[in-house]
Amino acid sequence: MPDRAPVVAAALGLGAAVGAFGFVFGVGAVSAGGSVAQACAMSLLVFTGASQFSAVSVVAAGGTTSAALGGAMLLAARNAVYGLAMSRVIRGPLVRRLAAAQLVIDESTAMALAQEEPEHRRVAFWTTGLTVFACWNAATLAGALVGTSIDPAALGLDAAFPAGFVAMVAPHLRTRRGLVAGVLGATICLLTVPWTPIGVPILCAGTAVLVGLPPERPDRPRDIRQ
Amino acid sequence: MTWTLVLLLAGGAYLCKVVGLVVLGARHLPPALERCLALVPAALLSALIVRDTFTAGQEFVLDARAAGVAAAALAAWRRAPMVVVILLGVAVTAMVRRVAAAG
Repeated sequence: MPDRAPVVAAALGLGAAVGAFGFVFGVGAVSAGGSVAQACAMSLLVFTGASQFSAVSVVAAGGTTSAALGGAMLLAARNAVYGLAMSRVIRGPLVRRLAAAQLVIDESTAMALAQEEPEHRRVAFWTTGLTVFACWNAATLAGALVGTSIDPAALGLDAAFPAGFVAMVAPHLRTRRGLVAGVLGATICLLTVPWTPIGVPILCAGTAVLVGLPPERPDRPRDIRQ
Repeated sequence: MTWTLVLLLAGGAYLCKVVGLVVLGARHLPPALERCLALVPAALLSALIVRDTFTAGQEFVLDARAAGVAAAALAAWRRAPMVVVILLGVAVTAMVRRVAAAG
C-alpha cells in the first residue's frame, strides 16, 4: 500500500483554507437578506461554492430568483464533467456513489486527478470532499451567525465576493482560450448591465464559452518547447 | 433570498453531479460540448468579478471595491493562496473606504 499521508495532509490543508471562504459566504448570504437556515441549507444541499456565491451575489444586487438560478446552474453544470472524470475513480454500491456525487466539486476533483495511483485518487477524493464539506458548512454557520451583527461595508466585506471570484478564476485564465472566454465574458457583462434586468448580464456572459466550439489548433512549436 | 431558489438550486446542482458520476458513468460527452463547459468558469466568474466590482444595480460605480479587487487580482496573479487573496481584497477595500470617508 503506497503512503497515503501526504495525500491526506494536502486534503486537510485545502479543506481548512476553503473553510475560511465558507465564512465569507455565510456573512454574504445573510447580508443579502437570507436567513441563517437558508445560508446553511445552501452550503449543505447545494455545496458548490461558485454557484452559491453567484446566486447570492445576484440576489444581493436585487436580481430575480430565475436570474439568480440561471447563472448558478450554468456554473453547476461543470460538476457534470467532473463527475464523468470521477466515475473512473469512484466505484462500488449505488448508495456510495450517490453520496460521493454530493462531494463532486472543484477541489475534490482537482486533488484526485493530481494523484498517480488509483488508490491515492480515491483517498484524495474522499478526504478532500469530506474535509471541505465539514469546514465549509461549519464556517457558513459561523459566518451566518455573525453576519447580522457586523457592517459588511465598513469591513470591506462587499469586496470579499469579487476577491473570492478572482481567486477562483485565476487558474482558468492561464490558457489562451480561458483568457479569451474570460475577457469576452467580462466585456459582454459590462455591455449588458445598463440594458438588462439585474442578473441577466451574467447569463449573457455565458455565451462567451462558444469560443470553445472550434477544435483547438495544435500549439505552435514555441509553445511546446520545454 | 427565497426557499424556492435554495431548493431549486440544490436539486439542480445535485442533478448535475449525479448525471456525471452515476448516470453517464464512463461515457464521453461530445468534445465540442466538453470544451465549452470547460470555459464556463472563466467566462462567468470574470463576468461576476466586473459586475460586483464596477456596478451597483444597473449603474456603473467606481469606489473602494475597485482598489480591493485590483489588489486581490495582483495576489492571485502571483499565485497567492485563496485566503490571502480574499483577505487582501477585503482589507484594501476597507482601508481605502476609511481614508476616503476621512478625507
